[in-house]
This record gives sequence, structure tokens and C-alpha cells, in this order.
Amino acid sequence: MSQNGTMIKVDHVTKSYRRDSIEIPVLRDISIDVPAGEFLALMGPSGSGKTTILNLIAGIDRPDAGKVIVNGTDIALLGESDLARWRARHVGFIFQFYNLLPVLTAFENVELPLLLTGLPRKEKREHVEAALNLVGLGDRIHHYPKQLSGGQEQRVAIARAIVTDPTILVADEPTGDLDKVSAGEIMDLLDRLNKEFKKTIVMVTHDPRAAEKAHKAMHLDKGELTT
Amino acid sequence: MFIIKLVLKNSVRHKLRTFLTILGVAIAVMSFGFMRTIVTAWSAGVQSSSENRMITRQAVSFIFPLPYSCLQQIQQIPGVTEVSYANWFGGVYKDAADWKNFFPRIAIDPETYLSVYPEFILPADQFAEFKKERNACIVGEKLAREHAFKLGDLIPIEGDIYPGRWEFVVRGIYRGKDQSTDETQMFFHWDYLNERMHVESPGREGLVGWYILSVHNAADMPRVAKAVDDRYQNSRSATKTETEREFQQSFVSMSSAIINSLEVVSYVIIGIILLVLANTIVMAARERTKEYAVLKTLGFSARHIVGLIAGESMFIASTGCVIGLGLTFPMAIGFAKAFPTFFPVFNVETITIILAVAVALFAGVVAALFPATRAVRMKIVDGLRSID
Repeated sequence: MSQNGTMIKVDHVTKSYRRDSIEIPVLRDISIDVPAGEFLALMGPSGSGKTTILNLIAGIDRPDAGKVIVNGTDIALLGESDLARWRARHVGFIFQFYNLLPVLTAFENVELPLLLTGLPRKEKREHVEAALNLVGLGDRIHHYPKQLSGGQEQRVAIARAIVTDPTILVADEPTGDLDKVSAGEIMDLLDRLNKEFKKTIVMVTHDPRAAEKAHKAMHLDKGELTT
Repeated sequence: MFIIKLVLKNSVRHKLRTFLTILGVAIAVMSFGFMRTIVTAWSAGVQSSSENRMITRQAVSFIFPLPYSCLQQIQQIPGVTEVSYANWFGGVYKDAADWKNFFPRIAIDPETYLSVYPEFILPADQFAEFKKERNACIVGEKLAREHAFKLGDLIPIEGDIYPGRWEFVVRGIYRGKDQSTDETQMFFHWDYLNERMHVESPGREGLVGWYILSVHNAADMPRVAKAVDDRYQNSRSATKTETEREFQQSFVSMSSAIINSLEVVSYVIIGIILLVLANTIVMAARERTKEYAVLKTLGFSARHIVGLIAGESMFIASTGCVIGLGLTFPMAIGFAKAFPTFFPVFNVETITIILAVAVALFAGVVAALFPATRAVRMKIVDGLRSID
């Protein structure tokens, strides 16, 4: 975290994609400051660039120009291996479609990020059980993803995202594939992680109800911030 | 540990596909092993050749005989320690159309022949019995087993090269020194053949098919060969003297086209293994593109991704290899039983097993190469966008 309390700083970032020979601008000179402990919702129509910002913050994509500084580290300067290690240590990623490995149980899916740490087996087990209990799935640890509902799968994905106690959580449409009740439960869970565990969360969403849980909502359109 | 666990779980994700791929690899490995066994069996005579034996034959062709009178002259050539001789007899045993009834029948000089071929082991009492009787013969253990020949049995042969009905009494059963020794031959007295020729076909007596020379020092062989061949250069029986290995090789060379074809087929099989495996691994890796992207997002490195893909490829290749090799042995045994005298020595050699394992592992590595490279180079954002 920087001295002025900023956890994430997106500084004059530009990003474009090339499709065949055509360059498509996605982000145009975007700057965002996210204080530590913030719960930020990024909203906007499809193709507005909100997921691209999320990917840049999570270190799974790189800007063409500008800086992305997370917890004091300019992640654009990191090499591939260092960036992978950085992600493992600092980022918890929640996907719209959960992206659990179907051949692994809930326990094994949540355990995945811990396999990159040097934790002893016993401690790993304690961490996984704690994460699954936190999301209310302590009784489903040996279930495979196909044996869980959509809401339960997303909760397993959240457990996987928080099990390493990351610096930030990024969520890409976490309720996009869920019914209203399940979506509400997931948003309550994210709200709790933010308030109770002081997690800095950046969430992309289309859903105004989901955005209501955030402290702040920012709108993008055609690669530019509108509010 | 996790990688191994995930590799195993991934491998059985599409059970039918994995089963069929393993089956394909197993059949290919079995075919490869079998082909290589045929190739090695074909040249078994060359492999088992002695380092200090030479063969002297008629210069034009093996089928023309040499005078018996050469024996003493060859014995006197410096460097030659012992000389024996033999004649191809041919003949027909029972039904000629049945491959099982074909086995080499060779007229020999018992005393010297078994001395220059110490790999044919005959009990002393049987050797004494063999020497005593003019129409006695000895047979190899494998041949005796195949035809249920016992000591004292009569083997009737209808002569073709040497016409007439011939009867031989089994007085000995020899065994080979090791697995590479031919145990499918029948040996009888050259004297018996010679005496009947003297009576029945005057002019064909006193002839031998080839001479076998024992040489004290293998380094002397070129000099001995030259000395023998120079001795008969301008005679009616010009000779060609060569090492036993060269002599055996000349037989193998006659069928080199078949051997080359088998070798080509065995290499084609390697290609088939590769294609079968590569097809499965490429498909599996493509289906899991998003999972690899997720693992990368979580911080897993290229090494882990390569491990997952190569591990699955190696698992399928090695399982198929083990099953394929397991099938090669009964197949080789079955073939050897069906055609016992076609290949006197038909064993799955250690080198064949090593080659089959190497081929399967090579296929495992190569099959993983393209999908692993693709997965490593893939951008996470592209992978996450891929459709399951």
C-alpha cells in the first residue's frame, strides 16, 4: 500500500487489441485510484473496457502505455515468472463462470493456490477448511463441481480466491451466471469480505443491485471513464 | 504430487478416448516389437557366429561341392587349428507342404564338427552312440520336442538332392549353449552319405559342401582366407573363404528386401503411435485451454502446464507400451510354436524391449510438444475467452 493509502493506482493507461490488421482501442488514458479497503464496482456496456481494466489490475494482461501499481508494485515491470508469483501472492480472482477444475473436489479446487506456497500439509488443510467454512460450504468439501449448484460453485471459487489471504480481490461479473437469490448471497459474501476482513475489491458488473453493495461505482463507455 | 494426481485425473476424464488411445499405442508397440523380433530372428545366425570360425566354399556358388581331398591341404595352412566339413542334404520328411516338416539335415564329420561347434552340447554317452552307428543322427532339442523324437526313433527321409529312401536312427539330442544356438537341425554321418553315393551315384562320392575352419587368432583370418583361396585359384574347385559371419550374412542379404521392408514397416508403426497419441493429446489440451488459463491466473508457471500435458502424454504412452510389450511375448511365443523351424531362434531380444520403450517414450514427448508449446505461449486473457 502506498503512503497515501492507495492500494491500486491505474495511471494514464492505454490499451488496444489487434484483430487481423485492425487495431481496436479498448482503454484510452484511464486513471483510477482505489484506496485500501475499497469496494469498487466498474460498470458499463459490453465492450466498454471494464474487464480489460480488471485484467490489468490482476496482472493477467499488460497495458500498452501507462502504469498499473498495486500495493506499491508497478506490475507492468515484472517478468512473466515474477508476475505469476506476484499474482499467486497478491490477487484473488473470481470469474463469472466460476472456472473450477471439474476433476477436482471443492477441497482440491480451493487448495490449488496453496500448492504454490511452502505451507505444510496440515496448515494447508486448515486454511482450505477455514475458507470453505467462511463461504458456508464446510459440509461440501468432497463434492465435485458438477455436484454443486451455480451459487455453491461460485462460493467455492470465492473460497479459492481468498484462501491465500490475497492483497486484493478482483471479480469479473461474479453474479452474472446466477439466479437472484444466489446472486444476493454472493454479494453478501463479498460485502462481508470487504467489511469484516478489510479486503480491497474491484468488481466488474452489469447488475445495478450488485453494484449497490460497492462503496463506489465507476462507469466506462468506449474505453473512457464517464463518471 | 499434485501434478501427478491431476495428470491421472485428467487422463481418465474421457475414459473411452483414453482407453482407445492406450489400445492403439499397445497394438502399435506390439506390432513394432514383433517386427523387430522378426528382423533380429532373421539375422540370428549372423549374431551367433563365432569370432574365430571361417567357411570355405566353392567360389561360384554354395551349391557346388568341393573335393574331400582339400581337407588335408587346408589343415596345413598356418593359423588353421582345426578343419571340419559338412554337406547340405535336403530331403523330404513326411508331408513337404507342412512347414513344420522342414528342418535342416546336414551330413557332418562327427568328431571334428562338434569340436569346431562347441555350442552344440551333446552328452558323452550319446556322442559315443552316435559315432558308433553309420546311419545314426543327432537332433536339436527344439526339433526333438516339435516332432516328439526320442532316442532310438527312426527318421525316414525321402532324398531329393541325394535320391532314395534314407533312414536315420536318433542316437543323440543336443542342446544349445545359449538361447541364440540353433536347436532345429539334424546331423548325420558324412561317411554314410559318401558310401551310398559311391554305390548308387558314382562320381558324386568324395565331395563336401563346405569346410569349416577354426582359426587360432581372429586377426589371422584375412591371411588364412587368402592362403586358402590362392591355393585353389587355378583349380577346377576355386574357393571362397570368408568369416562365418560373412558367410551367414550372405544368406541374410538374399532376403534383404524383405528385411528392409519389415524395417520400414516398423518405422511406419512409430509414426502411427505418434499420430494416435498426438491426436488425443492435442484434443485434450485444446479442451482444457481455459483450465490452463485459470491455473496461470492462480500463479501456476509454464513448467506446471508443460508437466500436466507431457505427464498425460507420457502416462498414456507408457501404459500402452507396457500392455503392448506384455502382448509381444505371447505373440512371439505363438508364432515360434506355429512355425518352429522357420526361425530357429525366435526370441524377443532385450534390445527390442529397449527400442519399444524408447519409441513409446519418444512418442509421448513429441506428442506433447506442440500442445504444451501452444499452452505455454497462450495469453491468459485469450485462454479465459476460449469456449469449453
